[in-house]
Amino acid sequence: MLGYILKRVLATIPVMAIVAIFVFLLLRLTPGDPAAILAGDAATPDQLERIRDRLGLNDPLYIQFFTWVGQLLQGDLGTSLISNTSVSSMIGNRIGPTINIALMTILISVALAVPMGVIAAWRHRTWVDFLVMSFSVLGFSVPVFVIGYILIQIFAIELRWVPVQGYVSPGEDFGDFFVRAIMPSLTLATIYIALIARMTRASMLEVLGEDYIRTARAKGVRENVVLFRHALRNAAVPILTIIGTGFALLISGVVVTESVFNIPGIGRLTVDAILARDYPVIQAMILLTAGIYVVVNLLVDISYSFFDPRIRY
Amino acid sequence: MKTFSSNYHWLAAGLVAGSTAFTPAIAQEDEVTITAVMHSGLRVLDPVITTAHITRNHGYMIYDVLTAVDENFTPQPQMADWEISDDGLVYTFTLRDGLLFHDGAPVTGEDVVASLTRWGDRDSGGQLIFDVTESLEAPDEKTIVWTLTEPFAPLMDVISKQSAVPPFIMPARVAATPPSETITEYVGSGPFTFNEDEYEPGVSVTYEKFDDYVPRDGEVSWMAGPKEVKVDRVVWTTMPDNLTAINALVAGEIDYIEQLSIDLLPILEAAPNVVVEMRDPLGYVTIGRPNHLHPPFDNKLVRQAAMDALSQENMLATMQGNPDYYNVCGAIFGCATPLGDETGSEPVTGGADIEAAKAKLEEAGYDGTPIVLMAPTDVVSLMNQPVVAAQALREAGFEVDMQSMDWQSVVQRRAQQNTIEDGGWNMFFTNWMVPEVSDPLINVMVNGRGDDAWFGWPDDPEIEEMRAAFVKATTPEEQKAIAVDIQAHVMDNVNYIMMGEYLIPQARSTALEGMIPSPVPVFWNMEKTSE
Repeated sequence: MLGYILKRVLATIPVMAIVAIFVFLLLRLTPGDPAAILAGDAATPDQLERIRDRLGLNDPLYIQFFTWVGQLLQGDLGTSLISNTSVSSMIGNRIGPTINIALMTILISVALAVPMGVIAAWRHRTWVDFLVMSFSVLGFSVPVFVIGYILIQIFAIELRWVPVQGYVSPGEDFGDFFVRAIMPSLTLATIYIALIARMTRASMLEVLGEDYIRTARAKGVRENVVLFRHALRNAAVPILTIIGTGFALLISGVVVTESVFNIPGIGRLTVDAILARDYPVIQAMILLTAGIYVVVNLLVDISYSFFDPRIRY
Repeated sequence: MKTFSSNYHWLAAGLVAGSTAFTPAIAQEDEVTITAVMHSGLRVLDPVITTAHITRNHGYMIYDVLTAVDENFTPQPQMADWEISDDGLVYTFTLRDGLLFHDGAPVTGEDVVASLTRWGDRDSGGQLIFDVTESLEAPDEKTIVWTLTEPFAPLMDVISKQSAVPPFIMPARVAATPPSETITEYVGSGPFTFNEDEYEPGVSVTYEKFDDYVPRDGEVSWMAGPKEVKVDRVVWTTMPDNLTAINALVAGEIDYIEQLSIDLLPILEAAPNVVVEMRDPLGYVTIGRPNHLHPPFDNKLVRQAAMDALSQENMLATMQGNPDYYNVCGAIFGCATPLGDETGSEPVTGGADIEAAKAKLEEAGYDGTPIVLMAPTDVVSLMNQPVVAAQALREAGFEVDMQSMDWQSVVQRRAQQNTIEDGGWNMFFTNWMVPEVSDPLINVMVNGRGDDAWFGWPDDPEIEEMRAAFVKATTPEEQKAIAVDIQAHVMDNVNYIMMGEYLIPQARSTALEGMIPSPVPVFWNMEKTSE
C-alpha cells in the first residue's frame, strides 16, 4: 500500500508540471492586460508601458515562466498583480470558507442521499422509489441559484431564522457559522443528494440481485443488516467515486453559490482573478485545483480497499 | 531567505483550521458600525496609480485633499487656503492648523509637494499643469508655493476635482513611490484610518474613525466643508449579486448599497425600513468612440452618418428601461455642469435619422467595409450599447461585424492601433461619471493629439487650439464660450458620440441619516440612529 501511495504521489509531479506549463502559456495567449486593469480607463499608453515594466509583463515569456517556477520551487506562489498582496495569503484566507462549506455540504448529502438511495433500491418500483427519483430529477434540473433564492426568501426574509448572507468561521463562533452555512450547504447539497442517491440506488440494485444477498436473506439475516452491511459495502465503490469527485468539485469553488450567499471562497477569488487577468492568482488557483483533484482521487482509491477487501494495491 | 513553510503559512492555516481571517470584523458592542455594499471590491489601494472609482472612494476615506469642489463646481479650501498672484503665475497655499497623519506626524508642505508631484505624473490635468510649472516648493512647514511659467487659469479646478484622480495628500515618504508602482503604506490624514489587518482584497475593507482629525469650518457641500465622523467604523463589503445585497438590506444586515439594479427596485420600494434615492445628482454618460485611424471612420462624413443612425432614446431605454433613470442629453461636458451645452447635438438627441445617415454614407462613398464593433459581454452597464448600435448602423447601410468578448479583451484590443485585418477595431462603447468629462482638460475624449490622444486617436489640431485657449481663459464666461465651441466642434467632427446620461439609484437603511448628496459616496457627517 505504502509503495502504491508513493508511486501515485510521484506521478503527480509530471501532472502538475504539465498543468503549470499549460496554464502559463494559455494565460499569456488570452487577450487582456493586467496593467490596464490596474491603471484604469484614462491611462495613457506611456503610463501603461511603465506599469507593465514594473510588473515584469514586458519580460520575454521564458523569463516570466522561469521566474514563476523558481518562486514555486521555493514555496512562493507570487504576488497579485492587482492588489499587490501575497497569493498564498489570498488563497489561505479564502480556502477556509470553501472547505467548511464543502464539508458541510458533503456531510448533509451523504447523510441524506445514501439512505435515500438504499431505500429506493430496497423498495424498487414503489412510491418510495418514485419519490426519491423525482427528487433526484428535480435536484439536477433546478439551477442552484434558484434554490438559493427560494431558501433565502423563505428562511431569511419571511421566517427570519437565518441571516441572508455572509460567513463566520467556525473557530470564531460555531453557532454563527452554522446558521450562515446551512443555507448555502443545503443549496449545494441538492445536486449532490440527487447525484449520490441515484448512484447509490443503481449500485444497490445491482448488488441486491447477487446470490450472496439471497443467501444472507435465506439464512435469516435481518433486512437492515443485509442492506447496510452486506449490500451497501459491496456497492460502495461507485458511490465513493461520486462523493470524492463531488468534494473536489466543491473545493474547486462554487462561484454561483458563493455569490448568492456572499461567501468569500476561492470560487469568487478565481473568477475575479480571471476577469482582471491577475496571472499569479489564476496560475496558483489552477495548480491548487489540480492538486486537490490528485489528492482526492488518491484518497478515494485508497478508501476502496477498506470497503472492498478484494481490492488490494 | 524565504522558506517553504513561511511562504505557505497562510495557505496551511486556511487548509488545516478553516480560516478566521475572513470572519466579518466583530465590533465591540457599543461601537457604531456602518456596513456598506459598494459597487465593486477594493483591490488597489493606491488612489494615484489607478482611476478605478472604488479606489478613489477609498482615497476620500483615508486621505484629505488641499481643496475640493462644492456643488457649484467651485473650488473651496479643505486642507489649505490659497492666494493667486495678480499675474496668475504664483499660487500660494497655506495649510490649516491641526492637520495630522494617522501616525501622528503633522502634515507639512513637504508632504504636499511630494504628493502633488506624484499625482502630476499620473493625472492628465496634472500633467498639463506641470508642463507649465517653473517650481513647486515648500518654503516652510505650512506653506506651498507653486510657480508657473505661464498662466493656467483652471489650475484650482484641476487640483480640486473629485474624479478620477484627485490629488490626495500622503506623507512624503509614501509619495516618493514611483507613479508606476503601487504604494505599500496606507497612512493618510483623512477622517478615517485604514484597518490593514481586516482588509481582504476584493471582499472587505474596514475604516475606523480618526479621533485626531480636525474638521474645517464651513458648510458641507459635495466634497467641500467639514468632515465630521459620527460613527466608529465603516465596513465596505462586496456582494457580487445585487439581489443578495438587497435582501441583506431589507433584513437589516447591511446599511447601504451604493449601486442598485433598476430591475430590482420594486423589492426595495416595498420595504418600510429602506430609502431608495439618487444621491449622485449628475450620474454617468455613455459614449461611443470611433477609431479615427482606419477606414471607414477616418472619414468625417462616415462618422456623422453613424451619429445620425444612433438614437440616445433607444440606447438609454435599452440600458435602463425606466425613464426616471436616464436623460437624453447632448452636452459632452454633462447637462448639469457649468460648461454643459447641447449645441449641435440634434443628430443624437433628436432620434435616429436613417435617411440622413444613408445619404451621408453615399456621399462619403462608403464601400461596405465592415465595422468591427467590440461588444463586452461581462459588464452589465456596457453590454447593451453595442447591440443597439449594431442594429441602427445596419439599418443605415453599414456592414457591422459585432465581436463579443469580455471587457478585458476590449481593454487590450482598444489600445491596438493596428489595421482591422491585424486585430484593430472601429468602435467601442464605454461609460464615465459626469465629473470625469465635465471640462475640456478632464475629458480625455476631447484630446486631439493623434497618437498621444485617448484610444481612437483623433488628430485634431483645431480642438487642441481650443483647449489651449481654455487654459488661458480667465473668466467663467470665456471658459463657457470656448466649451461651447468645443461642443459644436465635437458634434461636427464626431470625435466621439455622446449617447446620453443615466443615473444609478442608491439605497440606505432608514437608520442612516445625514448622508451627503455627492457624486462620490462619502461616510462623514452621517449618523446611524439605531443598531
